[in-house]
Amino acid sequence: MKKEIIKIQDLKRNFKMGDEIVHALKGISFTIHEGEFVTIMGSSGSGKSTMLNILGCLDQPSSGTYEIDEIDVKELSRNDLARIRNKKIGFIFQSYNLLPRTTSIENAELPLIYNNTVSTEERHKRAVEALKLVGLGERLDHTPAQLSGGQQQRVAIARSLVNDPVVILADEATGNLDTRTSYEIMSLFQKLNRNGKTIVFVTHEPDIAAFSSRTIVLKDGNIIKDESNQNVQDAAKALAELPKGD
Amino acid sequence: MRILNLLKTAWKAILLNKVRTLLTMLGIIIGVASVIAMLAIGEGSKQSIRTQISSMGSNMINIRPGADMRGGVRLDAGEMQSLKLADYEAIKNDASLISGVSPQVSGSGQVIYGANNWPTSIYGVSPEFVDIKKFSIVNGSMFTNDEVKSYAKVAVIGQTIVENLFPNEDPVGKMIRFDNTPFKIIGVLGEKGENTFGQDQDDVILAPYTAVQKRILAINYLQSIVASAISEEKADDAVEQVSNILRKQHGISGDQSDDFNVFSMEELISMFSSTNEMLTVLLVAIASISLFIGGIGIMNIMYVSVKERTREIGLRMAVGGMGRDILLQFLIEAILISITGGLLGVLLGLASTVFIENILNWPTSVTSYSIIISFAVCAVTGIFFGWYPARKAAALDPINALRYE
Repeated sequence: MKKEIIKIQDLKRNFKMGDEIVHALKGISFTIHEGEFVTIMGSSGSGKSTMLNILGCLDQPSSGTYEIDEIDVKELSRNDLARIRNKKIGFIFQSYNLLPRTTSIENAELPLIYNNTVSTEERHKRAVEALKLVGLGERLDHTPAQLSGGQQQRVAIARSLVNDPVVILADEATGNLDTRTSYEIMSLFQKLNRNGKTIVFVTHEPDIAAFSSRTIVLKDGNIIKDESNQNVQDAAKALAELPKGD
Repeated sequence: MRILNLLKTAWKAILLNKVRTLLTMLGIIIGVASVIAMLAIGEGSKQSIRTQISSMGSNMINIRPGADMRGGVRLDAGEMQSLKLADYEAIKNDASLISGVSPQVSGSGQVIYGANNWPTSIYGVSPEFVDIKKFSIVNGSMFTNDEVKSYAKVAVIGQTIVENLFPNEDPVGKMIRFDNTPFKIIGVLGEKGENTFGQDQDDVILAPYTAVQKRILAINYLQSIVASAISEEKADDAVEQVSNILRKQHGISGDQSDDFNVFSMEELISMFSSTNEMLTVLLVAIASISLFIGGIGIMNIMYVSVKERTREIGLRMAVGGMGRDILLQFLIEAILISITGGLLGVLLGLASTVFIENILNWPTSVTSYSIIISFAVCAVTGIFFGWYPARKAAALDPINALRYE
């Protein structure tokens, strides 16, 4: 049996809105093993953002347990959560969230700045390696303004890789990109997954979900579907089949 | 996060907003510059007063008659006759902290030589007077103690007298008349210029006090006594010693009030300096307000900066930045702005000091403590006014910060 990277049991999250209590997550359980590529789907209001915040250790559950890499986050302080995010998780956002007027290298090495065990030279080296891996070896000193949307998202992916996380959390990572670029990015994710990276990808586009090995569908704070994908599409192939000039 | 990375990040943030940062710094720059310039002006005029007073003899001690209440009638100091020759001799013989002492009697009148005449004062003194008052003899010589004893009618004259009576002649050896009394000139004093009170110190005739007492004033008391302490540091002790000798001489005991006044130049300097210091404090207080407003400017811009960079803060937190890291990042940015502003302010302050000194001809003196203090105030300003915006940044919730539009 492979290592359990994410283990959630009867997880609930309630918000107080005035006098009312909103149950965003109503008792969810699932486990993600090392090397899986999971998409979490659901319409807005389904609880997937709340789910992602908890998975990313930005928020904590109201009840239930969440273990990441066999660490229970329940009792952790704000600073301990920051350390978990720094060492175990790679974040990718829909709007890239790169620092403006800052080079690709400096953007990519950002998580390592908050890791005191990594020296300046080591940090630089790992940022360059990560950028080469995502195919931006030629654009190390470009600022976000000099890069296309796809290239900016590649920098963001490089940034999520530098700390060698146990899981990459992507939040609508292709939401701002056209189909062709989306497929390129998905192809990159598939490559990372083949190299052993565990990926959790939140999306509401079914064609993106087709590239993953497992899909969890949320609705109104419950899981309504959790099944492995028998027919995983190859993003590189899908890209080649796109009509030319599209 | 290491301190070097923090500094780099803060410096980059500053460089990304050069104009805005410079405008923010302006308050600090002007504040520091004016504090330094004001202190330099204050210190400069203090020193110029000190040099001027010192040029009259910094370890000089003046003894005057005063506060004579005998018979219940207060008398004008000039009319008082409480200082006697015996007092002068007692000081000369007994005061160990006094290096030179001279009686002083003076009268004013018209001095005449040939067709020229000039209104001036004649001072009856002893030969030590030249050293006490820091005069120099540039021509001829000072009269001697023997000439004092023999009531000799000899005189040493200042440069102003030379200019007015002897425009084209060597005065030494010539006879002048002061109020119909003839004096033979035996020496000329070097130029000294005006003293602090605007008095021309070269407009003097020095003669043996015996001769002035007898021939001109017809008195047998002394108007005042001047002395010099053995050193500037010992001046206060010397004042004490002279007072004790005079109290004994005059038979004043216990809590009876003195019938004389003894004061050192040091007291005169501190009297003048205290007025000057009050003015300096006032000027610096005004300048400090500018520094304070500069600090508020920094606080304002840091709030704007935190607001603008909310998403950046959210991102930094998401990838592992702790509250402490964010706090330090913004705090260091604020401190960097204020310290850079402080540095520029010091330069501007020094430049304006040079301007004031050379163009406006005001005496200035930059002290290292004024630079250190204003610089320290700057750093403290940065911390004080940077703290709240930085705290605000550190307290942000990463989830909300990441989605902030």
